[in-house]
Amino acid sequence: MTATAVPEALRQHPLVGQWLRMGPDGRVQASSGKVDLGQGISHALRLIVAEELALEPDRIEMVRPTTATSPDEAVTSGSLSVQHSGAALRLAAAHLREACRRHAALRAGVDDKDVHLSAGAFVAGPHRLAYAELVDEALLQEPVDAAQAGGPSTRPSRWSDRPRPDVAQKVFGEFRFLHDLELPGMLRGRIFRPATLQARMDEDAWATLQPQLAAIPGVLQVVRDGLLVGVLAARTNALDRCSARVAKAPPWHEHAEVPQARELEHWLKSQPLDSVTLLEREPVEPGADAPGARVFRTAITRGWLQHASIGLCCAIARWEGEALQVWTHSQGIFNLRRDLALAFGMAPDAITVCHAEAAGCYGHNGADDVAFDAAWLARHAEGRPVRLEWTREQEMSRAPMGPAMTVEVEAVVGADGRLAAWTQSVWSQGHGTRPGRGATPALLGAWQTAQPFPVTMAVNAAPAAGGGADRNAAPPYAVPRARVLSHRVLSMPLRVSALRSLGAHVNVAAAEALLEDIAAALGRDPLQYRLDHLEDERARAVLRELARLCGWGLPQPEADREGFGRGIGFARYKNSGAWCAVAADLVVEERVKLRKLWIAADLGRLVHPDGVRNQLEGGALQAASWTLCEAAQVSAEGIRSADWESYPILGFGEAPPVEVSLLDRPEMPSLGAGECSCGPAAAAIGNAIHDALGLRLRRMPYTADALLEAAQAA
Amino acid sequence: MAGTIAFTVNGEACAVAGDPDDALLGTLRDTLGLKSTRLGCGLGQCGACTVLLDDRAVTACDTPLSAVEGKQVTTLEGLGSRDAPHPLQTAFIDEQALQCGWCTSGMLMRAAELLRREPHPDEAAVRQALERNLCRCGVHNRIVRAVLKASA
Repeated sequence: MTATAVPEALRQHPLVGQWLRMGPDGRVQASSGKVDLGQGISHALRLIVAEELALEPDRIEMVRPTTATSPDEAVTSGSLSVQHSGAALRLAAAHLREACRRHAALRAGVDDKDVHLSAGAFVAGPHRLAYAELVDEALLQEPVDAAQAGGPSTRPSRWSDRPRPDVAQKVFGEFRFLHDLELPGMLRGRIFRPATLQARMDEDAWATLQPQLAAIPGVLQVVRDGLLVGVLAARTNALDRCSARVAKAPPWHEHAEVPQARELEHWLKSQPLDSVTLLEREPVEPGADAPGARVFRTAITRGWLQHASIGLCCAIARWEGEALQVWTHSQGIFNLRRDLALAFGMAPDAITVCHAEAAGCYGHNGADDVAFDAAWLARHAEGRPVRLEWTREQEMSRAPMGPAMTVEVEAVVGADGRLAAWTQSVWSQGHGTRPGRGATPALLGAWQTAQPFPVTMAVNAAPAAGGGADRNAAPPYAVPRARVLSHRVLSMPLRVSALRSLGAHVNVAAAEALLEDIAAALGRDPLQYRLDHLEDERARAVLRELARLCGWGLPQPEADREGFGRGIGFARYKNSGAWCAVAADLVVEERVKLRKLWIAADLGRLVHPDGVRNQLEGGALQAASWTLCEAAQVSAEGIRSADWESYPILGFGEAPPVEVSLLDRPEMPSLGAGECSCGPAAAAIGNAIHDALGLRLRRMPYTADALLEAAQAA
Repeated sequence: MAGTIAFTVNGEACAVAGDPDDALLGTLRDTLGLKSTRLGCGLGQCGACTVLLDDRAVTACDTPLSAVEGKQVTTLEGLGSRDAPHPLQTAFIDEQALQCGWCTSGMLMRAAELLRREPHPDEAAVRQALERNLCRCGVHNRIVRAVLKASA
């Protein structure tokens, strides 16, 4: 970032006071529209403000985001919070600091340059003035002048090793999640809804069920609206009994036209498609190259993935007359407010949406939906607040899934052994049905009332915004002719939306698989072959660091062990974010056993390196879980994998040690950490299996069954 | 049928009115206001609600009140405090061994059971003890390091 670049969020919220204010306790209150999802972003933002104001981080209070006072920064997604909100807060803080310096100079009758910041105060001659003594309302109404920030710093952040304060609060059981909030007179609610988007109510079954629910002791009210059934009670045990009753005789006819797992590629390709060419670097005619050119192809498919957060989606809602207040763990409080307003036919101003933390969020889960559910049910609570929490079964089977995808890559290699052409084709449903972006609400409950809004089809963001299914489909390598085709599947038997890294998970895995296949066929070292096709110096540096970290090319102690394999994967996230390379060592026995992962990454200036390491390692392990363990079981009745037995994720026994190395670039803009390791980790694992067995697995997850099938087909 | 069930929570005697079939978790959170024990699945599969029942780690979501009558329940609130932290708490903070923190309470209680039983476990024993506690953020290695550090 240059000194004068103005982030978009700052254009929309230009005033200092929209980002920073003085709190009654003398601390600086910093507001962001980005929310904590378990990634610790508020701490990184706090450190940015502390750095600019030269204050101890505990002198900065991060305001819990609310539509009442926080800047609208849309959705906390795409690994953009430090890039966007961090950049805005940095400029606002620099403005505040320099304005305070001028105020201090004026009071002391000295030049600005004779005012020094020391231990959180401005020292001007005999005067010693704190921020609280210098900030006034007029200053807060000033538009942020980006020029105040000065040029990029070349030294590391002063507070970068300061730990997250919420960690101790969580370890001592002091932290209050959304689920722990108790409001006076609060009722508990539960929602029941069908498992498929095409379901119909079985009115006879409902006529039987309704009195049974109403008769359960503790049930205060049973509400029916279209396909939705809601129950209000004072305590959750009455609701649990309702759940057991509904499970015995669900009152819906379910219907979803879903493919068998083995037919997935065919199903994706045979649906109605919205096909677009997203990149065309000189027309490609595969195979029509000069004599000696060789064509290489690969394909990788993944099934639908589930979020599988350890916590449950939850919201609290309270109506006061025609005004609505909602407490939510949504990724986008303003977007949610907009769609709640659409759903209830209200003005957005009549709704206040406050964020509160919940369990880890890895994409568009049910947080927005449950906020609708709570608001819908609270209408029947006569002004009392209602807390509504989904059950595990609902969490697994009613939230949107990560889309199924198949990715094909074809490359032409010239007689000189260099990449000559590259075509990457993606068949996938769109990766977004998020609220806040359409003419009608994208909230599950709003599609299921007696006057339902239409189901909104999943779409992909534009490539300039990082894309969706096509994320990272453009090769990072120097190749004269390149083409990216995206075929958006226009069928959505079960709801899909954004899951961490979107299409990058499979796109990187497929591209990197092909690259290794080519290197192997040419007898080239795969890491060197990548370097030979990377012009970007930061990409090259990351790969070299990975080589150093994992001892690439050096004798490995396990190398002679039967079934041992090593693979690498590389990508620059979204082709515009962080550079990340991963190496994986594994042993293939009956199933794949990961031995170790190494991650090298360049995220520019590191605001909070420990947080970055935590995110990179977590992203890699989650991607390892997707790649080795996970696929939703779907049927005409909906998602069947609705608990942890039927949807296993990577556990302690399987999670390998991970070593992370971060390149230090304090002078470069900070880049997000949450998603950049997912694609490279998946690629490294697939390539390591290939190294171990000489087999290329084409269908995730790479389970024992998949290994057996691939071996038999070979 | 509803009745009164007497047991000890974090060293204090308590008697709660409830159905013996009700899960311990709801009683801890809603009746006793002990919010650190977290609901994850309600099926005894994820470990987020792990507490100690006497010296044994159990999942509170599928432990009926009838099973705790006359016994000692320990939740995270009773494990340690800022003034007198359990070595596991100190180590979790040192290692920054969480991201969202949803599974943390259950991890700490499961690890506390392990260290009572086996004060100096090796890494394999730690991983095995935690196998039934799920983490989705990918903090497994930090948690293992923290448990090993606490037992050193």
